[in-house]
Amino acid sequence: MTLTQRFIAPGWYRAFIGAALMFLVGMGIVVGARAAYGWDPLFQWDAIITVGGLVAAPFGSLIGIGCFDYWFYWAAGRPTRPEDHSGHGARSWKDYFRVNTDHKVIGIQYIVTTFFFFIAGGLMAMVMRAELAQPGTQFVDPNTFNGLFSVHASLMIFLFIIPVFAGIANYVIPLMIGAPDMAFPRLNALSYWMLPAAGVMMMASFFAEGGAFATGWTAYAPLSTETPLGQQFFTVGVQFAGASSIATALNFLVTIITMRAPGMTFWRMPLLVWANFTTSLLVVIATPFIAGSQFFVLLDRSLGTHFFTPGQGGDVLMYQHVFWFYSHPAVYIMMLPGFGIVSEVISTNSRKPVFGYRMMAFSLVAIVILGFTVWAHHMFVSGMFSWLRVPMMITTMLIAVPTGIKIFSWLATLWRGVIHLRTPMLFALGFITMFTLGGISGIMLAVIPFTIHVSDTYFIVAHIHYVLFGGSVFTIFAGIYHWFPKMTGRMYDETLGKLHFWLSFVFFNLTFGPMHFVGIDGMPRRVADYAEQFAAWNAVISISAFLFGASFLIFLYNMIASWRHGPAAAANPWRANSIEWQVSSPPPLFNFDEIPTVVGGPYEYGVPGAVHAVFKEKAPAAVPAPAGGGGAPPPVQ
Amino acid sequence: MSEGERESEVRPVAPAGAPEQDPRIEGEKHPIVKMLALGAIASIIGVAVVLWIDWFPEPATTGADDIDLVYDVLLIASVPILVLVMAVVLYCVYKFRARPGDMRDGAPIHGNARLEVVWVTIPFILVSALAVYGWIVLDDLEAKQPNELKVNVTARQFTWGFGYPGEEVRSDTLVLPKDRPVEFRINTEDVIHSFWVPEFRLKSDAVPGLTTKIRLTPNRIGRYQVVCAELCGIGHSVMRQLVRVVEPSEFDSWLADQRAAAQEGQGS
Repeated sequence: MTLTQRFIAPGWYRAFIGAALMFLVGMGIVVGARAAYGWDPLFQWDAIITVGGLVAAPFGSLIGIGCFDYWFYWAAGRPTRPEDHSGHGARSWKDYFRVNTDHKVIGIQYIVTTFFFFIAGGLMAMVMRAELAQPGTQFVDPNTFNGLFSVHASLMIFLFIIPVFAGIANYVIPLMIGAPDMAFPRLNALSYWMLPAAGVMMMASFFAEGGAFATGWTAYAPLSTETPLGQQFFTVGVQFAGASSIATALNFLVTIITMRAPGMTFWRMPLLVWANFTTSLLVVIATPFIAGSQFFVLLDRSLGTHFFTPGQGGDVLMYQHVFWFYSHPAVYIMMLPGFGIVSEVISTNSRKPVFGYRMMAFSLVAIVILGFTVWAHHMFVSGMFSWLRVPMMITTMLIAVPTGIKIFSWLATLWRGVIHLRTPMLFALGFITMFTLGGISGIMLAVIPFTIHVSDTYFIVAHIHYVLFGGSVFTIFAGIYHWFPKMTGRMYDETLGKLHFWLSFVFFNLTFGPMHFVGIDGMPRRVADYAEQFAAWNAVISISAFLFGASFLIFLYNMIASWRHGPAAAANPWRANSIEWQVSSPPPLFNFDEIPTVVGGPYEYGVPGAVHAVFKEKAPAAVPAPAGGGGAPPPVQ
Repeated sequence: MSEGERESEVRPVAPAGAPEQDPRIEGEKHPIVKMLALGAIASIIGVAVVLWIDWFPEPATTGADDIDLVYDVLLIASVPILVLVMAVVLYCVYKFRARPGDMRDGAPIHGNARLEVVWVTIPFILVSALAVYGWIVLDDLEAKQPNELKVNVTARQFTWGFGYPGEEVRSDTLVLPKDRPVEFRINTEDVIHSFWVPEFRLKSDAVPGLTTKIRLTPNRIGRYQVVCAELCGIGHSVMRQLVRVVEPSEFDSWLADQRAAAQEGQGS
């Protein structure tokens, strides 16, 4: 390949050139506009960085790396590259750094990228705990501290939990429903490549003048409309992460609705598919609201609008309403896929059908609907009109009912099973207990008189980490371990996996459990410094946090070492029923050499003669259709 | 669960042994009873422990005890649920764990309508009762009181100012008379802050463009801190100021001193 070819072909060279060119275009727009108005100075760097660096340059890099090539060829009327499937599959590690349309490659790209941001966000937490280990200022000044927790939360939410679920689902869902790929492979690739742009942007805010965005991931106006340039990195970064999320969700919806294998009725779908279907509904409906809230902030900051300036007709509380109308459903966006993973893991490792399969699916739908009716419980002390608090309290408590259905049904699934305590199962069981605890503190937080005391305290920090770490992240670990053999074709080290679980479980509780105490006792959240009386507990929390962080290294080592040198995995090491386990590990390039036909429910463990799916060469008629899982034809006599 | 689902769960082949609804294991009497007994004991111990823990800072308002009681009720309702979940998990892992090389499947139980109705109904009743209770307490806390002392609270990055309307007095320290209801009217000059005295239990954001209100009656003499609870910028963590609850007579003389000092300040 000659040098010129190298710069014209899609890839990293072209991505850097594209970013630079688009930056210049953005800069030209700003400077041109300022020149036309006769404003001084001509080079206003805040505006240039916003328009050129944050908005235009990422598009340049996406074009450069090749996300739009096909569409550009098509739009220009030139012959599109015939689909020779050269964009499918990965032959070496280098292929993971290119635009690839294979859902399996994209799934791995998602997972590895999001774990990179997980590590970055985790290291920020370690710095915060070092600072908070004792009262006073030791390592970082308050502005940096505020930046640390803001970037930590933003990375964990927008660049880890939400997209890692999309990554796992990307890999597993098409295999589970018997599809050769996602419905829109090129859109899928674009969705992935928007993520690194968003994450790098948020992390780069530390280098902005005035430091990283320091208003929390909630970015409440008017603080966020007044703080230095770093805030723009969040405001724009969220748009890229959000666009990625919405595009992926649409892709999942279309894939699940239109690409299920013959016989795969909705009532024969594994619950992970149900979970991602309902999550995608939430994403598509809710995510535009956070995009809106951040666009308002961006316009207030950059164009001088007055959405949030009370004296000029703006309304400060409107920000919170719009923001939480997304960000409460986002809690379920971060939890429902985990529910799906846990259903798969518990059923497989208990060798039993999921108890109350239909209620499990209905409760997901109920959570989607109720999830849109509770947003203002984040605003009990915000000064909003007071009557709205009581209905929000009631709906918030009611959402415990469908969540309870899920917990109790998992427990009933364990009952009289044959339980294999493999690492994913340990994480699933750890999830059930920790999520119950987080759910209970959630019920407490719904009760207004109590919340008035503990809102914005460390009790909230404890609650969200029980729900998002003991809840979501434990399910992520369960899912990663569970599908590791399928994704890599190798087995992970079971001993190290179990060690990872037990250390995580113990130090997770020692880190976040005491936060309940200091919160109720009067320590506000988001503080770089605190009163002497909280010193002892904070020292305990910090030490536990460091050990908790260290336990992650075991996982990292296990994953890397097993991926490189682990023993080869069988096609179906867990003897699971769902379709992804009926193909080789890793699966063939186009998933199925022949498309399977689904003949029964996905969890028919212990039902004599039950089969979930058959492949063409076997005669489907010879297999008795099992009942259960619903929608099945009456038993063949 | 629907009728249709029940029908769909009728399996072509019945498993050997116990019928589906019977959770007992062959040859063993009522493991559930044993588990319930252990669970009840664990719940009682758990409730005793969480009630023994001294969670809150010293209460200093008449409403504080009500709020602390709400928390106690929530704990009493919650601990048995957590214990139940953990007991079932631990019991199942202990009882139904696979032996090495165990290739059996579990009992093919697809559901149990009666059980599912139970675990929809009981949580529904429980949370409804808690919501009603919470609403009643909230109404009591926020009821208007006779002879309220009005105090204007003004937040700015990163200090609090307190004004006593009709008295022309402004102060950096919040001084309140014991046993007299107070109504705070909370404003901000810049971004959102949140007015919170942990010993008083109540909290309200200070919102640009709005005046928010809270009512309380201090009932314990002492020195406390007003803490900013909403992230407001670099100085958020040090935005703490002194609160003094004093005898009414001391309050009156303090107010008179402040008034005199303010007039002197104006005169000179």
